[in-house]
Amino acid sequence: MLLGPALAISAVLFTLGVAGVLLRRNAIVIFMCVELMLNAVNLTFVALAQRLGVGGQVFVFFVMAVAAAEAAVGLAIILAVYRHRQTVNLQDINILKG
Amino acid sequence: MILTFFWLFGAIAVTGGLLCITRKSPVASALWLVVTLFALAAMYVLLDAQFIAALQVLVYAGAIMVLFLFVIMLLNLGHPGPSDIKGPVGVGIAALLGGTLLLQLRVLGQAAPPDAITLPEGTMAALQQQGMVAAVAGPLFDAYLIPFEITSLLLLAAIVGAVVLAKRKL
Repeated sequence: MLLGPALAISAVLFTLGVAGVLLRRNAIVIFMCVELMLNAVNLTFVALAQRLGVGGQVFVFFVMAVAAAEAAVGLAIILAVYRHRQTVNLQDINILKG
Repeated sequence: MILTFFWLFGAIAVTGGLLCITRKSPVASALWLVVTLFALAAMYVLLDAQFIAALQVLVYAGAIMVLFLFVIMLLNLGHPGPSDIKGPVGVGIAALLGGTLLLQLRVLGQAAPPDAITLPEGTMAALQQQGMVAAVAGPLFDAYLIPFEITSLLLLAAIVGAVVLAKRKL
C-alpha cells in the first residue's frame, strides 16, 4: 500500500542529494548530500522489505555501518586537508587538476 | 490514515532535504538534514521497521550528524561568509541533471515486484509481533553472518584510518 509513495519520495530525496552535490562547493555540505542519497536508498530498501522479506532491513543495517565508517574517514580527510590549505572550498583544492 | 501520515512525513523529509541543499550556512544545512533523518525514521515506523527507525535516530541523527556538526564547529565554518552555492550556470546544470534523473527515476514510483515473490499483505506486521529486534537479528546472524563479520573488519579499518589521518606524526 505504501510502496508507491515510498519509492516516489525516495526518488525525490535521491535527486535532491545529487543536485546538492552539483550545487555546493563546501566539502562538508557535499558530504552531507551524499548522506542524503544513502538515506534515500535506505528508504527504498525498507519499503521493499515490507513486501519482499526482512533481508532489505538487514541491508539497511549494513548501509548504516558503511555510512558511519565513511563519515569517520571522510571527515578525518577533510580535517587533514583543512590543516594544509586552511579551506574546505573545493574550488581552492584543485592540485589534482594539473 | 496511515497513508496521510506517510505523505505528511514524506513532505517534511523532502522540505528538509531541499532546505539542506540551499541554506548558506553549513550548520543550518546540517540541522535541516537532521529534520529529514527524523522524518525518515517516522516513515520507517509506518513501513513496519521499528528497529531500523530506532537505529536511524541513534546512529544517523545521533552519532553521524553530531560528528558533522562537531567538525563544522571545529573548523569554525558556522559564521556567515561568502556563499558556497555555485552561480547561475551551476544552478542551471544542477537543475537540468537533477530533473533528468528525476524523470528517469519516475518509473520507480510505479514499480511493483512480481506477485510470485511478494509476501502476502501483513506478513511483516505479523513478523514484528514476535519482536521487532528478533525479526532483523534472525537473518543477520544466520544468512548474513559473513557480511556481518566483514562489517566489523570495515569498522576496524575505518577506526585505524581515521587515527592515521588525524595524527600529525605517527
